[in-house]
Amino acid sequence: MSLLLENISKSYREPDGGRLPVLEIERFEMSRGEQMALVGASGGGKTTLLNIISGISSADSGRVIIDDTLVSEMPEPIRDRFRAERIGFVYQTFNLLPAFTALENVLLGMSFSRGRVDRHRALELLESVGLSHRLNHRPGQLSVGEQQRVAVARALSNRPSLLLADEPTANVDLANQQTILDLIRTACTADSVALLLVTHSGDVAEQFDRVERLEDFNTAALVTPEASR
Amino acid sequence: MNLWAIAIKSVRQRALASALTSLSVALGVMLMVVVLVANGMVERMFVQTATGYDLVVGPKGSQLELVLTSIYRIGVAGEPLPYRFYRELTSAKGNRISDAVPITMGDVTQQGGFPILGTTPAYFALPYMHEADGTPKRFRIRTRSLDGQHSGEGLIRNPFDAAIGAVVARHNGWDVGTKLKLVHGGSDGHVHDEEFTVSGVLEATGTPNDRTVFVHVDGFYMISGHEKPLSEAVARELEFFGNISEESQKAIEAERAGGHSHGPVPEAQKEVTAILVNIQGDVGEKVLAESRLMSRLNEGVQAQAVKPIVQIDRMMQTLVGPIRTLLMGLTSLIIAVSGIGIFVSIYNSMADRKKEIAIMRALGARRQTVLTVILAESTLLCVVGGLGGFVLAHLLILACAPMVAGYGLVVDPWTFAWGELVLLPVLIALASLVGFVPGMTAYRTDVAQTLSD
Repeated sequence: MSLLLENISKSYREPDGGRLPVLEIERFEMSRGEQMALVGASGGGKTTLLNIISGISSADSGRVIIDDTLVSEMPEPIRDRFRAERIGFVYQTFNLLPAFTALENVLLGMSFSRGRVDRHRALELLESVGLSHRLNHRPGQLSVGEQQRVAVARALSNRPSLLLADEPTANVDLANQQTILDLIRTACTADSVALLLVTHSGDVAEQFDRVERLEDFNTAALVTPEASR
Repeated sequence: MNLWAIAIKSVRQRALASALTSLSVALGVMLMVVVLVANGMVERMFVQTATGYDLVVGPKGSQLELVLTSIYRIGVAGEPLPYRFYRELTSAKGNRISDAVPITMGDVTQQGGFPILGTTPAYFALPYMHEADGTPKRFRIRTRSLDGQHSGEGLIRNPFDAAIGAVVARHNGWDVGTKLKLVHGGSDGHVHDEEFTVSGVLEATGTPNDRTVFVHVDGFYMISGHEKPLSEAVARELEFFGNISEESQKAIEAERAGGHSHGPVPEAQKEVTAILVNIQGDVGEKVLAESRLMSRLNEGVQAQAVKPIVQIDRMMQTLVGPIRTLLMGLTSLIIAVSGIGIFVSIYNSMADRKKEIAIMRALGARRQTVLTVILAESTLLCVVGGLGGFVLAHLLILACAPMVAGYGLVVDPWTFAWGELVLLPVLIALASLVGFVPGMTAYRTDVAQTLSD
């Protein structure tokens, strides 16, 4: 099993002091190397779910298990290290550091794991996403499609077992959307990396064998804000 | 990519702001280093110069004034002592005096107004000061004197020989063989007819000797008007000693007989401004002998013996010490203000950098890691600024060295004050202090919230 969520709940405090439940997930799982598209309404908790899986946020309760490791019970510094080494993340807005070149952004992705910063691998990854001629360009000097390809290379830099992608093609022009998607899927297939990709796009989702609607397994989506108070 | 590389990247990203904040640290450190070096120079000038002689014997009066006049050539000499006093002091048994050099002052050079010091060749045989470790520093002749001497000893062997300090030589453009005249009591006073010839130029010593012209005490008193009139001299001798020496008696008789000599002036008509004294023996014996001599002379009403180092130490503590403390305090404040500048610069940048911090955290950087990156940045700014300040300070000193050399101060621009070593850890501590608050902002960054903004 690559990912297992059990009895996850997450709510946010509202200005009036009440709680807004966002996630109530009894069980959710992905097998090793599986690729899945997650769709759902805006504000439905998809990004929150990715943050909880990656350990960026904590659930109010429940367990997150990745590669048979109980991540949700880890102390924060250990969880940070786990995230650096086992989870890749591709964002809708790329989240590249503007002062760093394409190569440095990929190297930065390797800087927080216990493994060595492998310049050779970084070069290989950038070549694999078609950017070997843009190594020393800063994000501002790259097109949006190129920026997202750098982000993909960075996400794969530590050979993760799980790749989380949050609307990775939403900010990319049509011509590049499929390229980016293919890059991600091909790389995950090649290295048996499980892929959980959040998308609004039906065109993107339909390319996956497994497509899940968050509302189908998130019971919090059934609770209206009024009912939660 | 290590944390330093990340910090350097961040500093370079804000190159102008980083350069300005580092420059403010550099200026603060530069001022601090200049104060430290200047302090070292003043200390060397005053304290170490006072280590040349164990005692200074002179007329009764202010002890500090006696030291300042005789060793630093500052101020006007008091009523001089009879030359006989010098002779009897050196010949008295039990004083344990190893060296006693008479000096007489009052005139200045016609050109530049440098003080004239009448003394004996023995002056140049003694160390003019001791280093902190006790190493004696001796006079060296920078250019060959007429008779080929290379050490200071042996200069001014003839009555109208003169030896000149390095500053005098440079300022007046004098060298061996130059003829010079003396002005009585000041540059606007009477110019004596007698000419002295430079027989040697002393190497720079970093002491008031560099600004002094040395002549033989015999020559000094052979200058017309320098010898005390015999009747006055005899009256003074009688008042001072209660009797008249055999030599004075002979001089009186010779004058009565109408004799006139072109040779050295009789002892009775000569005076000394002060006597520079060294005591022989080990430390304990010297202390004892010094105390005895000081007690014996100071009990009287006509002369006194003072320890120059004690007087100068006291002066440094009461006069120079507070000024030094004030300057150090002010420059410390400047550095502290520079530190606040770094704090403001980094803190202001945090709003723009929250996203970067959040990205690093999302990539797996721990809270401590991003805190360390911020601390590394403030350390970089402080240390680079500090090192720049060291270099600027020494370049400034290098540029100023020729100017202060004109005042007899020998400055080595690459001599480091001990205090400079303390500055580096102080800067690192300051960096940690000013980097901590913005570092904690980075530490507390809400990653999910920031990435979703």
